[in-house]
Amino acid sequence: MIKIKINGQEQSWDGDPDLPLLWFLRDEVGLTGTKFGCGQALCGACTVIVDKEAVRSCITSVNDVAGREVTTIEGLHPNGDHPVQKAWRQVNVPQCGFCQAGQIMQAAALLMDNAKPSHDQIREAMAGNICRCGCYQRIENAVHLASTGV
Amino acid sequence: MNFIDNPKKLRGFEKHVRIEKVSRRSILKGLGVTGGFVLAAPVMSRQAFAYETGAGKMPHGVVVDPRVFVAVAPDGIVTIVAHRSEMGTGVRTSLPLIVAEEMEADWSKVKVQQAHGDEVKFGNQDTDGSRSTRHYLIPMRQIGASARIMLEQAAAKRWGVPATEVKAVNHEVVHSASGRKLGFGELAADAAKESLPSVDSLKLKAPKDFRYLTKGQISIVDLHDITTGKAGYGADVRLPGMKYAVIARPPVTGGKLVSFDPADAMKVSGVEKVMQVRGWPWPSKFQPLGGVAVIARNTGAAIKGRDALKIVWDDGPNGKYESVAYRKELEEAARKPGLVVRKEGDADAALKSADKVIVGEYYVPHLAHVSMEPPVAVADVKGDKAEIWAPVQSPGGTREDVAKTLGIPEENVTVNVTLLGGGFGRKSKCDYALEAALLSKELGAPVKVQWTREDDLHNGFLHTVSVERIEAGLDKSGKVIAWRHRSVAPSIASTFAAGTVHQASFELGMGLVDMPFEIANISCENPEAAAYTRIGWFRSVSNIPRAFAVQSMVGEIAQATGRDQKDMLLELIGSPRIVKLASVKDLWNYGEPYDSYPIDTARLRKVVELVAEKGEWGRQVPKGHGLGIAAHRSFVSYIATIVEVAVDDKGKLTIPRVDTAIDCGTFVNPERIQSQIEGAAIMGLSLAKYGEITFKDGKVQQKNYDDFPVIRMDESPLVTNVHIVPPGPDTPPSGVGEPGVPPFAPALINAIFAATGKRIRSLPIGKQLEA
Repeated sequence: MIKIKINGQEQSWDGDPDLPLLWFLRDEVGLTGTKFGCGQALCGACTVIVDKEAVRSCITSVNDVAGREVTTIEGLHPNGDHPVQKAWRQVNVPQCGFCQAGQIMQAAALLMDNAKPSHDQIREAMAGNICRCGCYQRIENAVHLASTGV
Repeated sequence: MNFIDNPKKLRGFEKHVRIEKVSRRSILKGLGVTGGFVLAAPVMSRQAFAYETGAGKMPHGVVVDPRVFVAVAPDGIVTIVAHRSEMGTGVRTSLPLIVAEEMEADWSKVKVQQAHGDEVKFGNQDTDGSRSTRHYLIPMRQIGASARIMLEQAAAKRWGVPATEVKAVNHEVVHSASGRKLGFGELAADAAKESLPSVDSLKLKAPKDFRYLTKGQISIVDLHDITTGKAGYGADVRLPGMKYAVIARPPVTGGKLVSFDPADAMKVSGVEKVMQVRGWPWPSKFQPLGGVAVIARNTGAAIKGRDALKIVWDDGPNGKYESVAYRKELEEAARKPGLVVRKEGDADAALKSADKVIVGEYYVPHLAHVSMEPPVAVADVKGDKAEIWAPVQSPGGTREDVAKTLGIPEENVTVNVTLLGGGFGRKSKCDYALEAALLSKELGAPVKVQWTREDDLHNGFLHTVSVERIEAGLDKSGKVIAWRHRSVAPSIASTFAAGTVHQASFELGMGLVDMPFEIANISCENPEAAAYTRIGWFRSVSNIPRAFAVQSMVGEIAQATGRDQKDMLLELIGSPRIVKLASVKDLWNYGEPYDSYPIDTARLRKVVELVAEKGEWGRQVPKGHGLGIAAHRSFVSYIATIVEVAVDDKGKLTIPRVDTAIDCGTFVNPERIQSQIEGAAIMGLSLAKYGEITFKDGKVQQKNYDDFPVIRMDESPLVTNVHIVPPGPDTPPSGVGEPGVPPFAPALINAIFAATGKRIRSLPIGKQLEA
């Protein structure tokens, strides 16, 4: 039996320990905010925060996070008012919105690590997250806004 | 049976697919079913409005009835139905906003409800072709105005005053003479009993009184949910007892399952069943390809189970499809005369007598949509009833196709439309919903069919692959006197009818026969090209290769004659005029009447001039940088783009700045126009820099975002400026979602020439600058 703390709540799993965390979150726990985009850690749509680090849940097994704390988009802030979330709304970032949970989690992790990232640091840190609609200019602006106070 | 035999299975573009026995879907079908005030014909009379659109000619036409689209609750909450699909354009906000504007509803008291697929009730729901605002601006205003008048009439009766003395203002009806006011909620029950005003009698708001339209101050309705993970996409639907499925499909289009061994798959923890899925022979429109499904308790187990399957396929006749050889075939075809689809003067003779002939042969390969949400659908089929939850651009068409596939009446099929995690044309084809319906029927349980990214690339409906060959003849003075453009590409119609070798009018009309240049001798030709895979709509469709070729050729002529690109472009566009295309048999014109939506070169010139001014054309740029320009009319909008590129000594590209001017006529939400154009620059850059799907042994060679890359943030343009042309008082609305893409690649290629002296004629750019 594997035990994981997800958004502050303990969850357990006695199935295949190699099951990707993404599918455990989405299909077994019902936290569907974390998205499937590629399954190969290429697009970042499935990004969650494990302890204080952004990880791609599609290539992270349930076993890999045993005993650790996982935060998903649903758990980032109780009212959805994390500075990154607020900045996203202020800048009207999303088009289709499907990649945005992953983008927001990546940005939140970046700001935990580097509270005032430069233009180049934002572009580098966010380069693992694909947005097919092409919202990059606004994502960059929103990360910048979140780092300077919304 | 070939699917094309039944004309009812085609939607909307029947007229444009040249196949016998195909007649237009009856727009009157089922008219008696609803008690509503249903108009299946165009509702806009020439007397009432300055323009007509093609909305009435779409399947099921337009419905203008506030009782279908608007509900007012006693607490004052106004619910407005969004009947088009949201895939990122903002349409789920924009259309209800139009209704709210005209009915004087307070947007903070409006809820948007997504319509299920029911075109008899709601009118046409196909969210494609950049049509939603274009077709629904006036109908949505009429719906809002009707609702407002019914509320005003109810208030006037309550007070015993003439209706002319009352007025709806911000969610209340006001009688200013007596100072009395009644909220919309208080009037709801009475208003519902009022008779519908006639459409012709409706007086719409003057634009100066707009509170929401044209202001760009309202965010999309799903913004909060998107940022908190609550927004519901197709993949997020969960039903009690739902099974999770992935399907192994034939790797070659038209291939068949020979045999499979499920033993190892069944050993995977969580896998519950392995079963065959029915497939249809190619071509069969959007019908499933068939294959082997793995059913599991979660998607991860289903994928692992599928990896363990042993399957033998028969690849069939398309097993020889190979991209290098196919390109040679297209090039050879482009070097010989083909079916003439436009002819003015005598281009052949003029090319012979020309002082100079410039030849450009341009190549654009197959492209894949790779929307962030891969195709996915949930179905629950019980007996002769089916309920579907899916991210589909065509909920009405999905309903029809599910009914046909299961052999049940359309009335027994409910299609719930989720948010779409991107569409770009892929989700106009509902094959994934049909797969889910077939599996659910057989399993007797709700099932979710999830496509992986590999499935998306291997079994999709690709953008065509084309060779565009242009020969331009110049006289001694450098004036272009002859233009011969041969376009060779497999047609989307090949996905509907076997043996299709010519492009349909809806493809020829995307930048080939509608080319707007003022040249005395023009020949447009369409040599034959057979298809060996499923071809489908991709955002902007044939405009991508056409704008690339035509606008690159403008740059080449400028280059050969030593002129400025922008001046050359304006010279070729020529005098401000309405282009007459007498020799074109079927000028599709995006389904719009030509008198409302002509090819107006004054408007094309204007976007060129505007972008040149705002984008500071001719500005000094550092060494290694270059400016390029391109302009193109598509989806009846006019767009011009300037790209500044920087190319370093290793051939690495960066894009310091993009400027785009768009004339999309009367518009609703400039903020979403801006976001669409910003995104179009990135999609244009993706396809120019990387976009290429190749085939070997009939199979797509790319698998995922690593070998089919799209632009990431670190290589995206540093800034994209959008300049919107203010519309005239009666300028009809035109497309926004797609027109931004086509001019980007040629503007970039022209900029690369300016920066490096290298002319790229084959996309993607790939490593061509590294040489």
